[in-house]
Amino acid sequence: MRDLPILTLVTFLPLVGVAFILSVRGDPLMVARNARNVALLASVTTFLVSLGLWFGFDPAGADFQFVEKAAWMPALGLSYHMGVDGISVLFVLLSTVLIPVCILASWESITVRVKEYMIAFLVMETMLVGTFCALDLFLFYVFFEGVLIPMFLIIGVWGGPRRVYSAFKFFLFTLAGSVLMLLALLMMYLEAGTADIPTLMTHDFRPELQVWLWLALFAAFAVKLPMWPVHTWLPDAHVEAPTAGSVILAGVLLKYGGYGFLRFSLPMLPDASVMFTPLVYSMSVIAVIYTSLVALAQEDMKKLIAYSSVAHMAYVTVGAFSMNVHGIEGSLLQMLSHGVVSAALFLIVGVVYDRIHSRDIATYGGLVHRMPLYAAVFMLFMLASVGLPGTSGFIGEFLVLVGAFQANSWVALLTAIGMILGAAYMLYLYRRVIFGMLTKDALKKITDLTPREIAVFAPLVVLVVWMGVYPDSFLSIMHASVEQLVDRLAAAQADVALSPLALR
Amino acid sequence: MVVGVVFLPLLGAFVVGMLALLQRGNGEAAGHGHGHGHGHEGGHGHGHEKSRTDSLAQVLSCGALLLSMLLAILVFFDVVGGGNAHTVELMTWIDSGLFEVSWALKVDTLSAVMMVVVTVVSAMVHVYSVGYMHHDTSIPRFMAYLNLFTFFMLMLVTADNLVQMFFGWEGVGLASYLLIGFWYDRPSANAAAIKAFLVNRVGDFGFTLGLFGTFVLFDSVQFDTIFAAAPAHADARIHLFSADFHALTIISLLLFVGAMGKSAQLGLHTWLPDAMEGPTPVSALIHAATMVTAGVFMVARLSPLFEQSDTALAVVTLIGASTAVFAATVGCVQNDIKRVIAYSTCSQLGYMFFACGVSAYSAGIFHLMTHAFFKALLFLGAGSVIHAMSDEQDMRKMGGIWRMVPVTYVLMWIGSLALAGIWPFAGYFSKDIVLESAFAAGTGVGQIAFWAGLGAAFLTAFYSWRLLLMTFHGTPRGDEVVMARVHESPVVMLAPMAVLAVGAVAAGYVGYESFVGHDLAHFWGSAIQVLPAHPTLENAHHVPGWVKLAPLVVGISGIALAYVLYSAAPQIPALLAARFRGLYQFLLNKWYFDELYDAVFVRPAFRLGRSLWKGGDGAVIDGVGPDGIAAATVRIARDAGRLQSGYIFHYAFAMLIGIVVLVSWYLFIGGR
Repeated sequence: MRDLPILTLVTFLPLVGVAFILSVRGDPLMVARNARNVALLASVTTFLVSLGLWFGFDPAGADFQFVEKAAWMPALGLSYHMGVDGISVLFVLLSTVLIPVCILASWESITVRVKEYMIAFLVMETMLVGTFCALDLFLFYVFFEGVLIPMFLIIGVWGGPRRVYSAFKFFLFTLAGSVLMLLALLMMYLEAGTADIPTLMTHDFRPELQVWLWLALFAAFAVKLPMWPVHTWLPDAHVEAPTAGSVILAGVLLKYGGYGFLRFSLPMLPDASVMFTPLVYSMSVIAVIYTSLVALAQEDMKKLIAYSSVAHMAYVTVGAFSMNVHGIEGSLLQMLSHGVVSAALFLIVGVVYDRIHSRDIATYGGLVHRMPLYAAVFMLFMLASVGLPGTSGFIGEFLVLVGAFQANSWVALLTAIGMILGAAYMLYLYRRVIFGMLTKDALKKITDLTPREIAVFAPLVVLVVWMGVYPDSFLSIMHASVEQLVDRLAAAQADVALSPLALR
Repeated sequence: MVVGVVFLPLLGAFVVGMLALLQRGNGEAAGHGHGHGHGHEGGHGHGHEKSRTDSLAQVLSCGALLLSMLLAILVFFDVVGGGNAHTVELMTWIDSGLFEVSWALKVDTLSAVMMVVVTVVSAMVHVYSVGYMHHDTSIPRFMAYLNLFTFFMLMLVTADNLVQMFFGWEGVGLASYLLIGFWYDRPSANAAAIKAFLVNRVGDFGFTLGLFGTFVLFDSVQFDTIFAAAPAHADARIHLFSADFHALTIISLLLFVGAMGKSAQLGLHTWLPDAMEGPTPVSALIHAATMVTAGVFMVARLSPLFEQSDTALAVVTLIGASTAVFAATVGCVQNDIKRVIAYSTCSQLGYMFFACGVSAYSAGIFHLMTHAFFKALLFLGAGSVIHAMSDEQDMRKMGGIWRMVPVTYVLMWIGSLALAGIWPFAGYFSKDIVLESAFAAGTGVGQIAFWAGLGAAFLTAFYSWRLLLMTFHGTPRGDEVVMARVHESPVVMLAPMAVLAVGAVAAGYVGYESFVGHDLAHFWGSAIQVLPAHPTLENAHHVPGWVKLAPLVVGISGIALAYVLYSAAPQIPALLAARFRGLYQFLLNKWYFDELYDAVFVRPAFRLGRSLWKGGDGAVIDGVGPDGIAAATVRIARDAGRLQSGYIFHYAFAMLIGIVVLVSWYLFIGGR
C-alpha cells in the first residue's frame, strides 16, 4: 500500500477521465451525457483513491509523507518530487471532495459545450491536487499557474454577460503576482542551488535577500488570497463565473494564497516574515472591517458572499502570522472550513439562480414558504459563515483569534469586530431572501431541492458539522508539521529582535 | 443521568425537526396534487396527516422534556442530598497546542439548580404551547425550536469550561433568534430577531476577548483549573491593548460585557423589549425565566474570578442597580402588556446582578430561581389573556374581563404578588435578601444599589398593579366582537400555569434556608466561592429592622398608588402625562436608546459600506489599479499602433534609432 504512487494517482487520474471524454464521439446529446457520467466517475474515483491519504497519513510525522521522487531535468537539478505533510494533505482532500460536488452541481445548469466544460474541471483537479503535492519549485509553479487556464476558460466561456471583463481582470491580477513570484522562485533556485522545497524550507537565506524574495512572493499570494486592496477581482470573477466555477474559486483557489504563506513565506523566509508581520496584520484587519461593511451594502447575492470571503480569508493571514500553534492551526482550519462553507453558499445561490436566473437579492423573498428544506440548509451554512459554535466556522475563527490575542491583542480585538459585522450581513441576506411573505409572482411556482441537489449538499453538511463538533480529526493531522514550523519561526523571532535590520 | 437530561431535548429537537421538514415537504406534494386536479381527497388526506404529525411532534417534544425534567430533579437530589458533585467527560472538542477543551458536563449545586429551573419551566412551557399554538400552521417546527433551545441552555449551565459555555451561550442566542422570528411573515418579527442576535453578538465580542484573556493568564479555560489558580493570580498584571491592567479586573469586565448582552443590562438591553415579537410561550421561557438569566449564572459561576476584583464587582453592582431603576421607569408607561413584563424582567435581572456585585451570589441565584417561576407565570398569564382577547396585546383595549377569565385572573394575581414582593409569596423572600445584602455590603455602591433597588421595588409594585387593573378591571375597552369571544383558556394551558403558581407561592419559603439561610454552606458546597473578606450574606441577616421592613412598605405603597391612579381616579394619569409631557415622552420612547443606536451605529454602517464599495473599491482601487492600467495600456497601444504606419521609411528610421541606442549602450558599457 505504501509503495503505491498514490499522489501521482490522485493527481493524474482526472486526466484519464479527460482522455475518455475526448474519445467520445457521436450525437451531441449523447456526448454531453457521457461526458457528465465519465467526469463524475473519474472525480469520484479520484476522491476514493485520495481517501488512502486520509487513512494512511501518519499524524506523528512532521516530515513529508507518500514521497515520490524521479529525475525530471537532472542537468538543472529539477525533479518530479511529490509529497504531503500535515499542512498540505487536507487541501488535497478538500480539492478531491469539491470537484465531484461541482460536477454534480453542473449536471443540469450547463447545457452548452458540456464536453469541454467537464474536461476543464478535470484538468483543474489535476492542477489543484498537483499544486498541493508538488515539492519542486518549478513543478509547483507549473501547477500553480496551470490552474489559471481552466479557470480562465470556465469564467470566459460559461460565465455571465460581463464574463470577458471579469476573466481578464482575474487573469491580469493573478498574472501580475505570478510574474513576481516566478522571479522570486528563480532567485531562490539560483541562490540555494536547489529547487527542492523540503531542502529550501530549512535553507537560511540572507536576511537582506529575504526581504525582496518575501515581497515578490507576497505579491502573488496576496492577490490569490485575496488581501485588501488587491481583492477587487474576486467579486467580479464570482459574479460572472458559473456556480461551479465560483465553488472552486472560493473553495480551493483562494487557499493558494494561505498555502503559499505557510509553505513558502513563513518557513523559507522566516526573518522577513517576522519583519513584515505588522504589514500583514494591518492589511488583514482593514480587510475584515472594510469588506464586511462593503458586504453589508451589496444587492447581489454572489457579490455579498464574495466580499464575505475576503473578510474570512483575512482571518487566515492573521492566524498564520500570529506564528503560534493556535493561530496557524486555526488558519488552516479556517481555510478548510471556508472551503466548504463558501462553496456551499455559492451552491445555495446557484440553486435559486438555476430556477429564477437572477442573483439580485431584491428578486427574492419568502422562499421558506415554497422551499423549507432549502431554507434549512441555507440556515446551517449561514450559521457556519457567522461562526456559530458547533459549526466549522467557529473553530477556525476562534483558534485564529486565540493565536492573535497572544501575539497582539489589538489585532485580535479589531479582527473580532468581524464577528459582529459578519453576523449582520449574513442575517440580513438570509432575511431578505428566505423570510417574509411570498408575494412575487415569479417565485410562486419555485420548487424545493431536488434529490440531486440534496446529494450535492449532503457531504458539505456532514463536513461542516463534523469539523465543528469534533475538529480533532483534522487538527491532529496538523499538529506535528505546525509545531515544526512554529519552532523555526520562534528562532527567527529571536533573531530579528536582535538584528539591526528590523524594519519595525 | 445528566447526559439524559441534556441530550434528550437534542434528540427531541432532531426528530421533531425532521417531522417539521417532512410535513412541509408533504404539504408541497399535496399542493401539487391539488393543482393537478386530484382535488378534494388529496387536500383532505393532507389535513388529516398534518394534524397527526402535529400531535406526534407535541407528544415527542413534551415527552422528551418531561423525562428530562424528572431526571434533572433526580440529579438535583443526588447532588444536594448525596453530595455527588462530579463532571462527566464526553469527548475531546478542541485540542491545539496548549488550548485543550472537552465536551463535558459539570454537575454541582449551581448547575443542578439551574437544570431544575430550566427543565421545569421549559416542560411547563412545552405543555402550555400545545394549547397556545393550537391554530398555528408550523407546530412541529415550533416544538423542535423549543427542544433545541432547552438543549443549548442545559449545555450552557453544565459547561465545565468557558468555550462550552460560549457554545451554549451562542446556541441559546440562535434559538432565541429563530423563535423571535418564528412568524417570519412579519417584518417586525424578522427585524427583532436580527436585532436580538446582533446586540448579543456585541456582548459576545466582550465574552470572547475575556475568554482569550483568561487563556493567556491561566493557560487554560477549564473552570476547575482557573478557579484553583485564581487566588495565586490575585495581583497579576496583564498587558492588553497597549496598557497595563489588573488581570482579573479586565478579564472579569470583558466577560461581564457578554453577560450584559445576554441579560439585557443597561446599554445592551434594547433587544429584549423587541423580542416580544416572538410567540408568548417563548417570551416566558427564553426572555424571562432562562436565557436572559444566563448572564447572572455566568457571574455566579465565575465567582472565584469576580471575587478577586473589587472594581469588577463595583461595576456589576452599578450596572445592575441602574438597570433595575431604568427598566422599571420605562415599564410604568408602556401600554403593550408583554412589553411591561419585558421591562420588568430587565429590571429584575438588575436586582440579580447587584446581588452578585455585592458578593451575595447565592441571593442572586435565589432571586433568579423564584423569578423564573413567577415571571414565567406572568408571561403565560399574559399569553392566556392575549389568547382570550383574540391576539390583542394593547392594554388600552382591554379591561373588565376578570369575570370571564377567572382562573387566569387569580394566577396573574399570584404572579404579581410574588413579583411585588408581598409576604408570603416567593418574591418577598428573594427580593428582601437581595436588598438586605446590598445594604449589608457596607460599601458605597452597595448603598446606591440598596436605594435604587428600593425605588425600583416601589415602581415594580406600581406597574404590576397598573397592569392588573388595566387588563382585568374598569370598563371593557375591547370592541364587541372581541369581547363576545373572550373565553377562559383550556386546561392544557392552565395546568402548567398552576404548576408555576405553586412555585411562585412556595419557592421562596421552601428555598430560603438552603439558598441563603443557615444551610447555605452545606447546600452550595464549592459551587460558589466567596472571599472571607466579603461576608455580605452573613451580615444581611443582621441589618436594622427598618431595612427588613422597607421593601414590603414600598411594595404596598406602589400598589396603593396604582389603585388610586387606575381605579379610584382614572383621569389622573392622562393629566400627569399632559403636565409632564417631556418626561412622559422620554419614558414612553424608552430613553431614546433605539434612536441613538440607529443614528450612531446602524445607519453609518450601511452608509460607510456603500461608500467604501463605490468609492474605495470602485473609484480608488479599480480606478487606479486594473482599470487605470488597462486604460493606460490601451492608450499606449493606440500610440504604438500609430507607429505601424506601413511606410518603409518609418520602420527604417525606427531601426536606425535602435541601432544608435544599442551601439551607444555597448560603447558606454564597454568603455568603462
